[in-house]
Amino acid sequence: MLTDLTLAQARDGLRGREFSALELTDAYLAAIEALNPRLNAYVLVTGEGARAQARVADAALARGAHGALTGIPLAIKDLFCTEGVRTTAGSRILESFLPPYESTVTANLLRDGAVFLGKANMDEFAMGSSNMTSAFGPVTSPWTRAGDNRALVPGGSSGGSAAAVSARIALGATATDTGGSIRQPASFCGIVGIKPTYGRCSRWGIVAFASSLDQAGPVARTVEDAAILLGSMAGFDAKDSTSADLKVPDFAAACRRGVKGLRIGVPKEYRSEGMPREIEALWQQGLQWLREQGAETVDVSLPHTKYGLATYYIVAPAEASSNLARYDGVRYGARTEGRDLAELYENTRAEGFGAEVRRRVLIGTYVLSAGYYDAYYLKAQKVRALILKDFTDVFAQVDALVTPTTPSAAFAQGEKMDDPITMYLNDVFTVPANMSGIPGLSVPAGLDAQGLPLGLQVLGKPFDEETVFAVSAALERAAGFTALPGIRAGG
Amino acid sequence: MSLDPATVRRIAKLARIRVDEVQMEALRTDLNSILGWIEQLDEVDVTGVEPLTGGTQMALRFRDDVVTDGGIAEAVLANAPDRNGDFFGVPKVVE
Repeated sequence: MLTDLTLAQARDGLRGREFSALELTDAYLAAIEALNPRLNAYVLVTGEGARAQARVADAALARGAHGALTGIPLAIKDLFCTEGVRTTAGSRILESFLPPYESTVTANLLRDGAVFLGKANMDEFAMGSSNMTSAFGPVTSPWTRAGDNRALVPGGSSGGSAAAVSARIALGATATDTGGSIRQPASFCGIVGIKPTYGRCSRWGIVAFASSLDQAGPVARTVEDAAILLGSMAGFDAKDSTSADLKVPDFAAACRRGVKGLRIGVPKEYRSEGMPREIEALWQQGLQWLREQGAETVDVSLPHTKYGLATYYIVAPAEASSNLARYDGVRYGARTEGRDLAELYENTRAEGFGAEVRRRVLIGTYVLSAGYYDAYYLKAQKVRALILKDFTDVFAQVDALVTPTTPSAAFAQGEKMDDPITMYLNDVFTVPANMSGIPGLSVPAGLDAQGLPLGLQVLGKPFDEETVFAVSAALERAAGFTALPGIRAGG
Repeated sequence: MSLDPATVRRIAKLARIRVDEVQMEALRTDLNSILGWIEQLDEVDVTGVEPLTGGTQMALRFRDDVVTDGGIAEAVLANAPDRNGDFFGVPKVVE
């Protein structure tokens, strides 16, 4: 089936004229029609637009004038503004927002010939680790536990993107990661996801959550596919003041480098209370695979790891409370009327934001308020500096770090909902990369006893995604992960 | 430290989010649980540590102080819930 091909295979097949871009896109649209009612991975399917883009791609392929992604059908996380195509950020407050412009990342993908199948579901404003906070309903993971049909979460916040790629109703997808929102759903869904270095992808036109942490990246079926997508998404953009003015390396070539002679750090703090023994075992197995391919593993310490989450839950809500001030019911987005302007604001935001978003805006408002700023926000910024220093010190000794991506496999919808902190703890291993800005990739490495995917995380030096890809590809080769979810195109 | 209902009301006012009295206790419990958990940072000695303010260690760029965009009132107003000509519409604010 066409939907079985990896992105690299589909690209080669298109260039070899073995099938057309329209055939490939139609195969995906048919798979979406069949499976999206069960998965809710897409909140909007843009079939007509996709077919028009595919026809343009076929014309380009016929002329031999193809780009890096000509004819490749992708899902776009609904946090990326797409010109004239509804963009909701998973929120009621943006339920009829039509962006008048295209985000830089999606514009880069279109420049390279990609086809957009639709907009992917997500936690509201990217605040969540389960996709349960979406105003458009939860995404169901295409995976289930052996002998148990309960619907599982795909992770979050990029849950729609990850579920779509895993179920083969998208060949790849854009995603964003503020505290783990690319890597955790990739791990839960048995696919690859990379959060590149802060500054590698432009944030322009991505609905802002926490601006000093937000980074865009791809989710894809293989490490090479992720490398191809990132190569297209990344690049300098004058419209983002924190965009890095650096050449985009050939990430796909880096996947073939191998790990001979690399020093891989193993941080002893990446173990959490109650972490299943099979995750520890898979981690040790991964390190063994790297040693067998010529790498050396070194025990290291990142002493402030355990404070990453608490620091995150000051910094991210503070930035969110500021960023989300723009949703006032006046300039764009939904409005709920009131007797006066103040009441209009208060009603609009009470009705338009879901419970988790309201909680975080309130926490952020509190930690920034007069009298509490030093105790919370300034303190968190100082701890953040110590978290960065941990990584800087360790990267003086090693080339990359390997850890588990998450402290557990996917959980069922409705689990971990009793109190907010239980959900937050999911991101304990992913948050430090956002606090420090370093790149991190999750690669599927095995299954747990219940048949659910587990990922390993590879962390690298700032702007050294190439080593991250090299190490991840080595893990991928050794793991030979071929397990597929029960719900998938052609399944 | 624990937030009392008056403080929660004050924060909600600052954040411009209406909080109904029926939601108050559940919200206060959630906020206090999060703030209590965050207090673990008290263990960390940050004496002499400079705060890290951004996600990048690169210097921010300067650009020329010139107008690069504009004249697109229709695009800016296209998503407005209420408009009056080239202006956003809001309830009367001056008596």
